[in-house]
Amino acid sequence: MKSPAPYRRPYFDTQPEYLFPQYASTVRRAPREPLVVLPHTLSEVTAPVFGYGDIKPTDNDLTKQHKGEPQGERIVVSGRALDENGKPIPNMLIEIWQANAAGRYNHVVDQHDAPIDPNFTGGGRCLTDANGNYRFLTIRPGEYPWRNHYNAWRPAHIHFSLFGPALVTRLITQMYFPGDPLLDYDPMYNCVADEKARERLVSVFDWENTLPEYALAYRFDIVLRGREATPMETRR
Amino acid sequence: MSLRATTSQTIGPYLRIGLEWMVIEDLAPQGVAGERVRIEGRVLDGDGRPVNDAAVEIWQANSHGKYASPEDTQDKPLDPKFRGYGRSLTDNDGNFRFRTIKPGRVPGSEGKLQAPHLAVTIFMRGLLKQLLTRIYFPDEPANADDPVLKLVPAERRPTLLARRKGDGVLEWNVILQGKNETVFFDF
Ligand SMILES: [Fe+3]
Repeated sequence: MKSPAPYRRPYFDTQPEYLFPQYASTVRRAPREPLVVLPHTLSEVTAPVFGYGDIKPTDNDLTKQHKGEPQGERIVVSGRALDENGKPIPNMLIEIWQANAAGRYNHVVDQHDAPIDPNFTGGGRCLTDANGNYRFLTIRPGEYPWRNHYNAWRPAHIHFSLFGPALVTRLITQMYFPGDPLLDYDPMYNCVADEKARERLVSVFDWENTLPEYALAYRFDIVLRGREATPMETRR
Repeated sequence: MSLRATTSQTIGPYLRIGLEWMVIEDLAPQGVAGERVRIEGRVLDGDGRPVNDAAVEIWQANSHGKYASPEDTQDKPLDPKFRGYGRSLTDNDGNFRFRTIKPGRVPGSEGKLQAPHLAVTIFMRGLLKQLLTRIYFPDEPANADDPVLKLVPAERRPTLLARRKGDGVLEWNVILQGKNETVFFDF
């Protein structure tokens, strides 16, 4: 077997460094020794495959996981998963989690004095379709305080976890909402120097996918690392 | 046209809400071929304190050295009951654990075979992107010639080797900083 084509290295200033003191938890958790540059072998260009044996088609609706309706504003969150070469990523597992409408996570560690919603757990998942499209129905998450610095508040966000076709395309990120005034003050959002890269973390209002008299919609497209073009492909 | 990859963000402290539904600590049910191993370890921060909010994921080939991935085109048998993916979320003492099989050898760069290894991806609060490392097996002659281990300074290589703890039990810890800091890869 010939060596597989490697994945492209990240563009300058578009991916965070491990050590970022403005985000205080990085200080005792970021590695300090130099990283060892790893060539992409078969171990790095392969990844597990998931399917409908793993999830239910209804796992993408976070508003229907309990007896009653959750509190808050229903929203549609949808988009497309592509690679850097513009190729859609089909049949990929996407996992999400988020706070409820009041900005409280259904989790023992979250001691924020805001109400738990018995009808909202905040976790969901889906598979992308043949064209890389995904869709969730959920509740707009609330902003919440955290203890990173004095009067620190996280902008409203949804956590996204994606696999992609390779070990090196694995990505966990966060989707933000347009016009959120807290973005400017958030160390996580501001962890990269490239302004355009930051802006790509912000969803856009999506009129087309709103559901009349039911839910507003936001669109969040996600791009995973792409492969270097092989000489063969360049010639074609 | 060339797009740019989405920026990575931390998994945060509330990962269980999204990821606990698919904890896979037993990768190899009955019928899967290969030498059975248990891998146990802890994740420790720069103060030596346990990290209680990490997700540790492993990815490995089957006992024949074949990945259950369409990208692996080697002419080797798949094991229908073995996907090769595991996920463990650390407990209050920073412990994670897997039961799996020792993988076969897979090709590395320039056609040279690699020693048996597990790829390990680690996420946690305080990491803005995942860490990537590997677990190699003790008493494995192929380690001496492994093309990836050779890239690692000799004095740091032991951090990638599991230690035999008991019959079929291996110990491998993740030290994020300081003395014996685990080797992490730039990938
Ligand atoms: Fe969060």
